[in-house]
Amino acid sequence: MSLITLDKVHKNYINGADCVIALNKLCLTVEEGTFLGVMGPSGSGKSTLLSVLGALASPSSGSVIVDGIDVYGLSAEKQADFRREYLGFIFQSHNLIPYLNALENVMLPLAVTRFSADEKRRRANDMLKRVGLPDRMLHLPQQLSGGEQERVAIARALVNSPPLLLADEPTGSLDTTNSHQVMSLLKELHEDGQTIIMVTHNRENLEWFDRTVYLRDGKVEKDVQSCLDQLPQAI
Amino acid sequence: MRLEHIVLHNLRRRKGRAVFLVIGLLIGVATVVTLLSLTDALGRRAQNELENFGANIIITPRSDELTLNYGGVQLGGVNLVAKEIEQADLVKIDDIPNRRNVATIGPKVLGAVEIEGQRVMMMGIDPDAELKLKRWWSIAGRSIEKGNELVVGDSVAKRFNLNMGDILQVNGHDYTVVGLLARTGSQDDQLLIAPLSVAQVELDKLGQVSMVEVAALCHDCPVDDMVNQLQHVLPGTDVQAVQQVVKTRMHALDQFRFFAWGVAVTVVIIGALLVFVTMMGAISERTREIGIFRAIGYRRWHVLHMVLMEAAIVSTLSGVLGYLVGVGATLIALPLLEGGKATWHWNSTLAVSAVLAAVVVGLLASLPPALRASRLEPSEALRAL
Repeated sequence: MSLITLDKVHKNYINGADCVIALNKLCLTVEEGTFLGVMGPSGSGKSTLLSVLGALASPSSGSVIVDGIDVYGLSAEKQADFRREYLGFIFQSHNLIPYLNALENVMLPLAVTRFSADEKRRRANDMLKRVGLPDRMLHLPQQLSGGEQERVAIARALVNSPPLLLADEPTGSLDTTNSHQVMSLLKELHEDGQTIIMVTHNRENLEWFDRTVYLRDGKVEKDVQSCLDQLPQAI
Repeated sequence: MRLEHIVLHNLRRRKGRAVFLVIGLLIGVATVVTLLSLTDALGRRAQNELENFGANIIITPRSDELTLNYGGVQLGGVNLVAKEIEQADLVKIDDIPNRRNVATIGPKVLGAVEIEGQRVMMMGIDPDAELKLKRWWSIAGRSIEKGNELVVGDSVAKRFNLNMGDILQVNGHDYTVVGLLARTGSQDDQLLIAPLSVAQVELDKLGQVSMVEVAALCHDCPVDDMVNQLQHVLPGTDVQAVQQVVKTRMHALDQFRFFAWGVAVTVVIIGALLVFVTMMGAISERTREIGIFRAIGYRRWHVLHMVLMEAAIVSTLSGVLGYLVGVGATLIALPLLEGGKATWHWNSTLAVSAVLAAVVVGLLASLPPALRASRLEPSEALRAL
């Protein structure tokens, strides 16, 4: 059974007098445990796809089913619960809360759960160890390097053990070394069974995915399984 | 890690804004507390003065006949063989429900006596009670203490050329002048003042009084109720409230109270606007954070809760500090007013109300920004990321 099913998802934006089609009756299914890369030129609908999958922007039409749940059939508050329980977000610019240390940033999604204080701390501790930051827990974001911040963001996205991890250009602001470390970490998670959907511009990341979809004008132009050569060269 | 933890961290991080908010609300609360404390202290002082000012209820015999006049009050039948008030009946005043409001009871008997062939009005008094009622009396010499002693009014002293220690014959009896009453400008100037029991004998009114002046404690004083109660226990009398005295003083106090409340309300509105504008600015500044919170699964309620909790913490702090500053300002201001005679009194209602009002104003002013924050669509907020 597919973890994700997008059925004729259409998304328009009104931009001044223009109507911009971000997603054009897009259909996509993603199996559980997939590491899916989403590529495409600017304006192809990559980020909109991630927002729609993440219950952040409702589609103009069509349906989004995640783990059997019709995401946009839920109320706004239930959508928030869905994001907390089913999704982990990794943003391009880390988006850590600057006045909270690494441990507190990782605990952020747990602050509104009923776990005990000890359990919250234990989970955040374990997750920071897993991303290789056991000795940076009490550092504020500005005291961490870009790669370390990204790893804290990954730990935060995973601390609730969500079935689906959504990553928007997580290596976009990193150098080659840090970028490789982050991709290795994501690969490890994938090998442990984590479903990951990652938007990227970087062709070098393609080797990490086991499936890649190429978007153009809000539609899937190509959908390939681990085969770099089959993707359009224009990416 | 709970929402409170995030709120406290945020306040600590944005200390400048938090301090600005606390000071803004604190000034408002302190102003209100100062004004209300001053009003309260001046009110109490005015009340004390009012009580010192003299009687505010006068009891006279009921009569339809022509009467003499004393102090602007009609005295039923004092010049005639008419009804007087039985002195023994005055104990009934203790029976009225508002007995605790009665500060002083000043019975007096009045009547004309003859001195050197001329008629003069004699007033018999209870000296202790009368001196409490007539605080403005200034007696050269001393007050009456024993039987055949007199204090004479200024006009009488001049008319008969009396000095202290002079012996005066009244109705053939000798009296010693022990005090000269300084000019009052009232009918007191024309009196011979003797002890009540002596005057009753002299005027042939044993066990009778012509009028009774009552000083009522008038802080929230139900004077009208007391008049009715006295009328009920003393059915043969007319009981009148000297309303103009009470009303004038109370009116002045009410004016001050009204002014104080006006300033208080204005200051509170300014405080509320300050909180509103600052919180609105803070929400705009934190759109990015709110977007992150919403994206990782915080409900609208969680965002609302965080913003209001921040406002509640700031407001409570402002309320407590504002109250303390207000009390301090009152203690500094009071010696400069009313000749330093007004004193501050602990008022638990004002303390609790000040803190509660600060919290309510802070929360109400923060509610629109908090609602705005909670209604931010995650996609809209994330656009700012």
